[in-house]
Amino acid sequence: MMPEAAVQAREAGAPKIDVRQLNAWFKLNHALRNVSLTVPDNSVLAIIGPSGCGKSTFVRCLNRMHELVPGARQSGKVLVDGQDLHARRVDPVNLRRRVGMVFQRANPFPTMSIADNVAAGLRLNGVGGDYEELVENSLRQAALWDEVKDRLRHSALSLSGGQQQRLCIARALAVEPEVLLMDEPASALDPIATARIEELIRELRESLTIVIVTHNMQQAARVSDATAFFYMGELIEHGPTEQIFTNPREPRTEDYVTGKFG
Amino acid sequence: MKAHTDKTYDAQLDDLRNKLLTLGGKVETEIVSSMRSLTERDSKLAENVIGQDREVNRLELEIDEACRRLLVLRQPAASDLRFITTALKIVVDLERIGDLAVNIAERAMDLNQSPPLKPIHDLVKLAELGQRQVRASLDAFVEGDPAKAEAVIRNDDLLDSVYHNLVNELLGLMMEDPRNIRRANSLLFVAKHLERLGDHATNVAEMVIYMVRGTDVRHPGSRD
Repeated sequence: MMPEAAVQAREAGAPKIDVRQLNAWFKLNHALRNVSLTVPDNSVLAIIGPSGCGKSTFVRCLNRMHELVPGARQSGKVLVDGQDLHARRVDPVNLRRRVGMVFQRANPFPTMSIADNVAAGLRLNGVGGDYEELVENSLRQAALWDEVKDRLRHSALSLSGGQQQRLCIARALAVEPEVLLMDEPASALDPIATARIEELIRELRESLTIVIVTHNMQQAARVSDATAFFYMGELIEHGPTEQIFTNPREPRTEDYVTGKFG
Repeated sequence: MKAHTDKTYDAQLDDLRNKLLTLGGKVETEIVSSMRSLTERDSKLAENVIGQDREVNRLELEIDEACRRLLVLRQPAASDLRFITTALKIVVDLERIGDLAVNIAERAMDLNQSPPLKPIHDLVKLAELGQRQVRASLDAFVEGDPAKAEAVIRNDDLLDSVYHNLVNELLGLMMEDPRNIRRANSLLFVAKHLERLGDHATNVAEMVIYMVRGTDVRHPGSRD
């Protein structure tokens, strides 16, 4: 059940994610500076920028993973469906179910089977009942079902890198998140596995909101509706993806997308 | 302008730009020479123009190839993407301008077989205007100057009005004396070629505005 405020926010056409004056630090390192942006529901936002620009920190603030790093601090607000992530009644574990995450390196649970990996989140959340159907649905959603349906009890490590990454996506989808954060989800994959992930992103967009960090600018251009360019912890430019890649407004964005940086 | 991190990318873009300028220079010369072959009744010069067009065609192929290579190897974005897609489009216009100059040279060779019709001042004026438009559109491209490009687009009206006067003048000559018809008809074709050449210069100018500003000024209202 969505909180009442969230229902109202959605009816008013409010953004799915609303970031206001977000600042983040690692001890003295000011990693994000006054970032404000919104992400509409059922859209894909791509975050681009050179290494160390704050893009991973940004997505980690969206499901309160940033605060898990020792010495990390943040200020400003992140609202999902109008609800402040740092409101006292927000349980971070429950939040991370609603705002799922997929990482650069596929990280399936190595001792678990394929099916158990998908169901792991459900078990952790104390969801009882028949996992079989949920496992199948999640694997289908992650476009992995046909490849693994005959070996669901095999170790997750028996899968290829691209399949492992889709397994992690299936695991994230099993708990029915509303937002999926993806930090370089295809950077370690071959072009075919990458294309599968990109196709998947476009399909998932129908049912959830996605924020993807990528160093691959063609990938950002292909999968996203909007693109945000970060540099040295600042949000330099945020706009429709086509505009960012064909006619950016900011000279620093222009330099970055055309390869004139450093 | 800031350099690319990969310097060979800059070298490839410069090479493309230089090829376009070489092509532009060649078609400008073709216009001037084709008109001189007509006004000075120099059929040898007309033959030269026709021969030079092979070089224009070769450059067109080279430019297309360079653009394709840049697109596939660099996946260009932003101003680079706009420059390369502009190059792909204006090369077609420039090559067509070369073809029109060849057409004028061919008409000149034909006309030079007969005694001259009375001097047609507006035809020379039209040729000068057309050549100036081509030159100005190329300058706008080289300098990335949208104001210059806008001037080219505005000036096309002048070209059109000179063309229409010329058509009337030539029709008058035909009505005066049927023996004028064959030559006046050829000159009518020359006039039409010059008018078309101006349109291609306008196309180049429109693409320059897109290249610099990222806004497409062609066919206003057609997106609605």
